[in-house]
Amino acid sequence: MKPILCIDFGSTYTKVVGIDVDEPRILGRTQSFTTVKEDINIGLEKAIEKLATMTGISEWPVRYACSSAAGGLKMIAIGLVPQLTMEAAKRAALSAGAKILKTYSYELNESELEEIAKLKPDILLFTGGIDGGNQKVVLHNAHQLTKLTIRCPLVYAGNKAIRDQVKTILSEHDWKVHVADNVMPVLNELKIDSARALIRDIFLEHIVVAKGLSKVQSTIDNILMPTPSAVLLAAELLAYGHIGGKGIGELLIVDVGGATTDVHSVAEGHPTQSNVLMKGLSDLKIKRTVEGDLGARYSLPSLVEVVGIEGIAATIPTSVEVVHQILKDLEAHPESFVSEPGLLKTLDDVAAEIAVKESVTRHAGTLEVHYTPFGTIYQQTGKDLSHVHHVIGTGGPLIYHHNIRSALRAAQYDPKNPFSLKPTAPHYYLDKQYILAAMGLLSIHYPKQALTLMKEAIIEV
Amino acid sequence: MSHTIVLGVIGADVHAVGNKILHYAYTQAGFFVVNLGVMVSQEEFVQAAIESEAKAIVVSSLYGHGEIDCRGLREKCIEAGLENIKLYAGGNLVVGKTPFKEVEEKFIAMGFDRVYPPGTDPKTSVDDINKDLASL
Ligand code: B12
Repeated sequence: MKPILCIDFGSTYTKVVGIDVDEPRILGRTQSFTTVKEDINIGLEKAIEKLATMTGISEWPVRYACSSAAGGLKMIAIGLVPQLTMEAAKRAALSAGAKILKTYSYELNESELEEIAKLKPDILLFTGGIDGGNQKVVLHNAHQLTKLTIRCPLVYAGNKAIRDQVKTILSEHDWKVHVADNVMPVLNELKIDSARALIRDIFLEHIVVAKGLSKVQSTIDNILMPTPSAVLLAAELLAYGHIGGKGIGELLIVDVGGATTDVHSVAEGHPTQSNVLMKGLSDLKIKRTVEGDLGARYSLPSLVEVVGIEGIAATIPTSVEVVHQILKDLEAHPESFVSEPGLLKTLDDVAAEIAVKESVTRHAGTLEVHYTPFGTIYQQTGKDLSHVHHVIGTGGPLIYHHNIRSALRAAQYDPKNPFSLKPTAPHYYLDKQYILAAMGLLSIHYPKQALTLMKEAIIEV
Repeated sequence: MSHTIVLGVIGADVHAVGNKILHYAYTQAGFFVVNLGVMVSQEEFVQAAIESEAKAIVVSSLYGHGEIDCRGLREKCIEAGLENIKLYAGGNLVVGKTPFKEVEEKFIAMGFDRVYPPGTDPKTSVDDINKDLASL
């Protein structure tokens, strides 16, 4: 037996999964509250103790960890045009596993500077202009940033023509500037690999220490990445496989949480019909989007706003007043959790289903129709996911859902909204044991084992 | 010096061949061409011009709806801070055989700097662009 421990320091729970990579098999999974304020080791030790009771193993010589504790990797993205470099910067940060606090476009003004200082990002991603393109606004913003009252690692991934100038301006004002390739070197072309790699390096070198997570470094090899990056690795491996094993093919993962809903797609997303022209920014094969207004608990009020309280009341079914009351109670005690049937449980389930539907609709591409004398022409923005055959649910609100199939079906193509390119006839799966992040970590050194375990543990529903 | 220009076929127009030829001709002429291809909206022209700091936008329209598609582009440019950008239009801007003089007047009134009749040699516009941008 060769035991390996995968740790996920979450914002609420520290989750540990024990794996025997020899067989391979999952030995056990436990969790305990994250203790980032005191000493993050306390929560970890508790989770490991529980795991020892369960498995009889207390020695874990090999340990890998990811983290979204202490707010995750908090980033701010600055671009020029909202639909172009700002969007490119946002996608680069998301695919590096970051939590985006806010995005900014055009010339930064004084109040925006104050806002950035208050938001206290861990990393600032500064872009703007295609290569050989805009200099004026980007240089203006570089000068503005010198006035910012805080400092943090800064990644410059904008117009390469003024790269040195930007670096000089900022370095002279105590900014530590890391230079990456332009996230949009050519109009509408995303190129995020370099920026993403830099962000990851900075996470390893600075952020883990800055967040007080380094205390744990003596007992584990390192906190390797933010949790969402681990999930993205797992998603890629499960879809495409590796030399030692075939993947299951293109897939979509919906991770519903209390505060946000993440959607990961691993799919080319090219048009599946004829007469379709691509429009706008090119998209990433491995794409992550995060919806900050869709979550089953902390973001419940904004989620309710999306569909309207009447709609929620009608689905449960109950009166609008009752829903109001539950929302109020939950605001005071967002951690209340029930698994027994009842109104609250039903509201949880309804919320999860809405989160799935909305988040996947926003993640998927859309078609626009143009009727011309020559016939109908379609323009596609984003990814066509209609041929994606696997939809996987994860996250508490889905794992404990009463009717998981119905919840996940909300991700499916809806004939009432025919221009939203969602999967038309997928199979549905549940990450019942909540192991995706752990498998992403494991995949770095043991891809074969991680793939086998995922195929076993992620069950069709 | 190499001028940056944004090029594209406006509206729901899919005629792609002329666009490729213009891209080639302008690149040969030493311009830095940001080519948006076919079916380009006014917003996309404006956004591309900002991001690339272009000095000119060259609009093609081949299918006959050029007038409707081009109306308001100058206003959008002004709104976006591109008040000095040069606007050029060419192709088959309107349906049928309207005298070109009329078409030209309309487009100039809409804020275009130069307008070209069907079948214009790209070289003509290259010379004009060089002349117009030299002073900027
Ligand atoms: C091929 C073609 C098609 C193909 C296009 C395939 C493709 N994806 O490219 C298809 C079959 C899809 C098609 C469809 C239609 N077409 Co058609 N098509 C043609 C055709 C036969 C050739 C176009 C071409 O490629 N020419 C070769 C290139 C090199 O020339 P060009 O496009 O004119 O571009 C040059 C110049 O115009 C100039 N230029 C262009 N822009 C600019 C800008 C500036 C600033 C300057 C200086 C110069 C310049 O430089 C270019 C390079 O030399 C023309 C007729 C013709 N012989 O031109 C009709 C034609 C353009 N089509 C026409 C029409 C009406 C249509 C349709 C509306 C209906 C139909 N009859 O089928 C649809 C519209 C579809 C849509 N939504 O866009 C009409 C337009 C009439 C008008 N404007 O008054 C034409 C002129 C045919 C006609 N006489 O009726 N078409």
